[in-house]
Amino acid sequence: MERAVHDRGGWPTDEPIDRREHELADWELLTDALFGACARAGLMNVDELRRSIESMPREQYEHAAYYERWAFSIEQVLTEKGVIATGEVDARL
Amino acid sequence: MTFEVGQRVRVRAREHRGHHRTPGYLKGRTGTIERYHGTFTNPETRAYGESGLPEKALYLVRFDEDDRIYADVYEHWLEAE
Repeated sequence: MERAVHDRGGWPTDEPIDRREHELADWELLTDALFGACARAGLMNVDELRRSIESMPREQYEHAAYYERWAFSIEQVLTEKGVIATGEVDARL
Repeated sequence: MTFEVGQRVRVRAREHRGHHRTPGYLKGRTGTIERYHGTFTNPETRAYGESGLPEKALYLVRFDEDDRIYADVYEHWLEAE
């Protein structure tokens, strides 16, 4: 059965698991907080966050960091719902 | 509650393209009901802006393969072995 890119538990690999801890950067903390704020405001829920992460193109998913996937997903879900306009985030960068 | 603690169950191996919480490595595997967690909103519909109702029963299932693995699996992904 074909498995989606995120469904990776049990994939064979010769690579050791990277168990190093790392300090979260400010943008990562802010991304986490942004999702929490959106959830509390009733704008999106964790299942929508996950569903949208799982919809990332395979190449993009593979190269994105954990919270980059969150940022992608939050932008996509909020755009779907018309909370923000397409391209609105890019226009502000 | 459909399954009893200690009952042998198999994880359904059916195709499901949308969001779901059943990991691929458990599909088709046989395990044992360890605990009944209660009912929860369904992530498969909640992921698309719906209410997630009706709530679905969720079980902790133990799998004894090369390693012992515990996983939460919704009732509609399980069948009696």
